[in-house]
Amino acid sequence: MSTATQADPAGTAGSARTLSGRRPLGDRGFQILALASGLLVLVILVLIAITTTQQASSWFTAEGAKIFSTTWNPAANQFGALAFVYGTAITAVIALIIAVPVSVGIALLLTEVVPYRWARPIVYVIDLLAVVPSVVWGLWGILVFAPWIQHIYASIGSGAGGIPVLGSLFGPPTSGASFFTAGIILAFMITPIVTSLSREVTATVPAIDREGAYALGATRLEMIRGAVLPHSQGGIVGAVLLGLGRAMGETIAVALVIGSSATITSHLFAPGYNMPAVIANEFGEASGEFRAALMGLGVLLFIFTIIINVIARGVVERSARRKRGA
Amino acid sequence: MAAVSAEQGRPDLREPVGWRRTKNRIATVLMWISFVLAIIPLGFVLFTVIAKGASVISWSFLTSSIPPSLAPASEGGIGPAVLGTIEITALATVLAVPLGVLGAVYLNEYGGNRLLARLIGFMSDVMTGVPSIVMGLFIFSIWVLHFGFSGLAGALALACLMLPVVIRSTDEMLKLVPDSLREGSYALGATKARVTVTVVLPAALGGIVSGALLAVARAAGETAPLLFTILTVTAANRNVFSGANTSLPSQIFVNASSPYSGAQARGWGAALTLIAIAFILMIVARFITARFARYAR
Repeated sequence: MSTATQADPAGTAGSARTLSGRRPLGDRGFQILALASGLLVLVILVLIAITTTQQASSWFTAEGAKIFSTTWNPAANQFGALAFVYGTAITAVIALIIAVPVSVGIALLLTEVVPYRWARPIVYVIDLLAVVPSVVWGLWGILVFAPWIQHIYASIGSGAGGIPVLGSLFGPPTSGASFFTAGIILAFMITPIVTSLSREVTATVPAIDREGAYALGATRLEMIRGAVLPHSQGGIVGAVLLGLGRAMGETIAVALVIGSSATITSHLFAPGYNMPAVIANEFGEASGEFRAALMGLGVLLFIFTIIINVIARGVVERSARRKRGA
Repeated sequence: MAAVSAEQGRPDLREPVGWRRTKNRIATVLMWISFVLAIIPLGFVLFTVIAKGASVISWSFLTSSIPPSLAPASEGGIGPAVLGTIEITALATVLAVPLGVLGAVYLNEYGGNRLLARLIGFMSDVMTGVPSIVMGLFIFSIWVLHFGFSGLAGALALACLMLPVVIRSTDEMLKLVPDSLREGSYALGATKARVTVTVVLPAALGGIVSGALLAVARAAGETAPLLFTILTVTAANRNVFSGANTSLPSQIFVNASSPYSGAQARGWGAALTLIAIAFILMIVARFITARFARYAR
């Protein structure tokens, strides 16, 4: 957001005035219209918070602190959200572990390795990943990817079965639709945004830093570690956080491939559930307190993603400001 | 580099050798591998969608009504979903693009460095991170509970998702318009509104249109905001303002969880249609950027 630095040559104070000193009505009206459209963003965000919380209030008041309990049993009117919060965290972390190294690798490839004229087609290809709609990832994930990868899970699972730590992470039960499958699909989906944001910061490393490192006899890797990464750390952290926010809120692909089972388990190859997926799958049939509980999950999701996005944007902006200052 | 020999007392200009060189090569190879890792799933998805979708897609598939899930792949089509997607996305575009452009005009032309403008800019960035399912719940609470399911409700949810994206892309484009253009028209005595509408916006038009098209492409593929706003029926609904509707992504979602092979085949056909729409919009956007954008990044 660099509005902050933009010199405004003709701010409202310098706006054209008629010789009589009054601004024409149309001019004033246009400004108000523009201001109203800008304010709409704030209004919508506030309205989201108010209306969804209102709809979820019966869940919050009925359960109190028990909203984070582990029992989710709509038939018995028990709505503890912990399993979904856990699933959201696990799938997002798996997605980040896969997507971040890949995205940073591609960003470095684009800015440090390939010549400029090759970078553009590579960017187009990576951006295509973002053009594939969520539901198409889900369709492919459940009909093609999950049936294929479940054999791999099964053989890893039988191999890791007895080993202490690995066994509890990768051991049986294994299923094609699982936490891990959801994490992988999420990784595909967040790679483009993490890549493009990382590339934005690695591209702003001053040429003089690079050339200085090369002049000292550094190899490309040494130059990246000594000049590029220290300079772009903050921006990459911001990019990762934005990726995390996306991974937490992504709904439809996950709803199809996560396996739809509200369980808390360390077994990554077992079916699970997360917050957006349970809302998508259950909300249509829900009523009464069930509906309020799902709405409440939406409120929690909104709060989590807003917090993460505020932090991420803050980090990105601060690192951008520091760079401009330097 | 063989010609350059490192003599005593001079800097070592030879290519790095040994472990340093090996590490450097490994790093380069890893970067290429990460690129390959990213395009493998893309290639697989596109290949599968095209291979499975092309065999069911035809003009009658795109226009016929949606049959029951049990029906074989040769029967029926996705006509109502195509109609619904066009109606809902078009309405969302009409709602979101003018407001988004005006919002960006406020940020860039009026707001300047003020606290309010910075806050709006920051929050619209944050708003791009609001999960689409939350937008669906929001429109459900504020609209559907009072006025019932309709294409309009779905369009409102999509418009909420598009708004911050349009603001951001338009803002970037307005920043690229040189101040000398603005100053020139102020010097001629134009009011600020006139300068904005007749000079600044036309100068940035190419970029604004292509940014808006990319936002439309994203919105057309969204499912989550539509689940609880249009209700996903199978009958065609020409009236976008009232009554339950359907859309391509919603139909794909339903068909993906169906056990019947006919329904799954129609899902692939619908997926190919949806991807084709998104790609066409993206290519048009790129074309407009290349051809008409006067000030590129």
